[in-house]
Amino acid sequence: MTTFKPLLDQYSWDQVKKKIYSTRDQEVQYVLGKTKLDLTDFMMLLSPAATAYLEQMASRAQEITQRRFGKTIQLYAPLYLSNECQNICTYCGFSMDNKIKRKTLNNTELLLEAMALKSMGVEHVLLVSGEANKTVEINYFLNAISLLKPHFSQISIEVQPLEQNEYELLQQAGVHAILVYQETYHREVYKQYHPKGKKSNFDYRLDTPDRIGQAGIHKIGLGVLLGLEDWRIDSFFTAAHIAYLQRQYWQTRYSISFPRLRPAEGSVAPNFNLSDKHLLQLICAYRLWNDNLEISISTRENEAFRDHIIPIGVTTMSAASKTNPGGYVVDPQALEQFEVSDERSMETIKKQIQQMGYDPVMKDWESSYSGFIY
Amino acid sequence: MTNLHIANRSFESRLFLGTGKFGNLAEMGSAITASASQLVTVALKRVQQDTAHDELIAALDTTKIDLLPNTSGARTAEEAVLAAQLAREALETNWIKLEIHPDPRYLLPDPIETLRATESLAKLGFVVMPYIHADPVLCKRLENAGTAVVMPLGAPIGSNKGLRTLDFLEIIIEQSHVPVVVDAGIGAPSDAAKAMEIGADAVLVNTAIAVSKTPVLMAEAFKEAVIAGRKAYEAGLGTVSSQAVSSSPLTSFLFD
Repeated sequence: MTTFKPLLDQYSWDQVKKKIYSTRDQEVQYVLGKTKLDLTDFMMLLSPAATAYLEQMASRAQEITQRRFGKTIQLYAPLYLSNECQNICTYCGFSMDNKIKRKTLNNTELLLEAMALKSMGVEHVLLVSGEANKTVEINYFLNAISLLKPHFSQISIEVQPLEQNEYELLQQAGVHAILVYQETYHREVYKQYHPKGKKSNFDYRLDTPDRIGQAGIHKIGLGVLLGLEDWRIDSFFTAAHIAYLQRQYWQTRYSISFPRLRPAEGSVAPNFNLSDKHLLQLICAYRLWNDNLEISISTRENEAFRDHIIPIGVTTMSAASKTNPGGYVVDPQALEQFEVSDERSMETIKKQIQQMGYDPVMKDWESSYSGFIY
Repeated sequence: MTNLHIANRSFESRLFLGTGKFGNLAEMGSAITASASQLVTVALKRVQQDTAHDELIAALDTTKIDLLPNTSGARTAEEAVLAAQLAREALETNWIKLEIHPDPRYLLPDPIETLRATESLAKLGFVVMPYIHADPVLCKRLENAGTAVVMPLGAPIGSNKGLRTLDFLEIIIEQSHVPVVVDAGIGAPSDAAKAMEIGADAVLVNTAIAVSKTPVLMAEAFKEAVIAGRKAYEAGLGTVSSQAVSSSPLTSFLFD
């Protein structure tokens, strides 16, 4: 299996940083005049110099996104399976050293939560868990998927990194997409935030998208946790990772998410702040660089920001999310992974999308395309 | 203007529409009405299994237009055949627009899987309309496999780049025994008119209308462009010359 590591190792974090921060106005203008952008162009668009061109970038982003994805926004909701976790991640509410009540949904609870989502019209569901490799492992996931598959058009998962053969089992079981975020591409900083547990292995996590790609999963979701390191440099490496994967696994779709560090129980304050203005710059930079990347925004972001970016590059949004296992009906009081900022109902968000002239799409997949066995 | 015949159907309009990418379903419905299209394609993946409760289907006037389900999202012949069977059940039609694009970046059609799926679907009694590259040889192979039409691309889906494959489309049209529908890439009414002028039997348009600032007006523009292009084709276009032909310097001695 080829991996991204040799490519990553070729770059020096400081060199990339220097290049981004020394980008000049003329270079940004040159990039904005191009129709096909490469990674170096993307780097320029992340620069402080490019911030002055935000309106121009947003207008291009809108045009490209509408051409490729139309005036549509896909909606999904997460379903948290478990908050059990054997990792210490100093920013996360589920971190092992947090003294919280741990919960893993059983079959009945899983179906109750699923029915709550169905009643909101959810067709695309994202299953989420912490990392508890003894209890919430491949067999647990396969069981959950077999219970949920009849009820949803599309099932995605965001759980601990797994082995390639486990991803193959998930693919056969009907999983559409796998999301796995590197959190940060800065090796040393990664170590500081992930001092304990299987997650502390930077390289195993880094190789995960390759294992997913090898297993033939339809879509891979990538991202970094914005706030751990300088977003400009971390985002450059994320894009470099996507560029590598796109060449390697050409049949796979890619999506990018922008989790900004949110307050959570026992968590640390972000080291780097990412303002709304810069988050928008980042979204536009991704869109100008890559016209077919799916761009996803979660309910971590507030209402006003989410509403305004509907027509600027976003393709996918979560809505009415609960980030605790059982959060919809079974155990609404359980501790959440992070504080949801946009708490509006699915109906309200759908109406808002319509008001912006966009079509909220609940179903854009046929479950029979997933898990097809030849 | 002559009607277009595909399988057992006759179409007055030679403009087919896609239903994706519209900002709302009402606008989609109005644009389709304005286009006078009689055949619109619908992605099976967008439709609820219980079509009686599907908003997209409800927004289409199925007394005037036929639905053409498509297999968008399928990556292999097997997935596409299954999708066609599901679509036949859900939408009660044996017409299928075969779209097999394993490449999610440019959504380019897989010729091998498409040929395999066409062979299977034709045997199963489907009216197969495959989306393909502008590949004249593939078109002949699809004809042999029992396809109802061929749908070569002008440019990548959603690119609005126009007829980048013009030379190959001309070969396909010259050789084809089945109707040729130019699909994908048509970005402006002039592109559609051009396709009709060179003898395409119909065109399929989606992005250029759906993403226009005024989809209804754009749909009308396409309607008129397709009619104009077809009429010009039927009337017989004059040949193009780069210089005026007034004298015969090489042969005039014969008449001196």
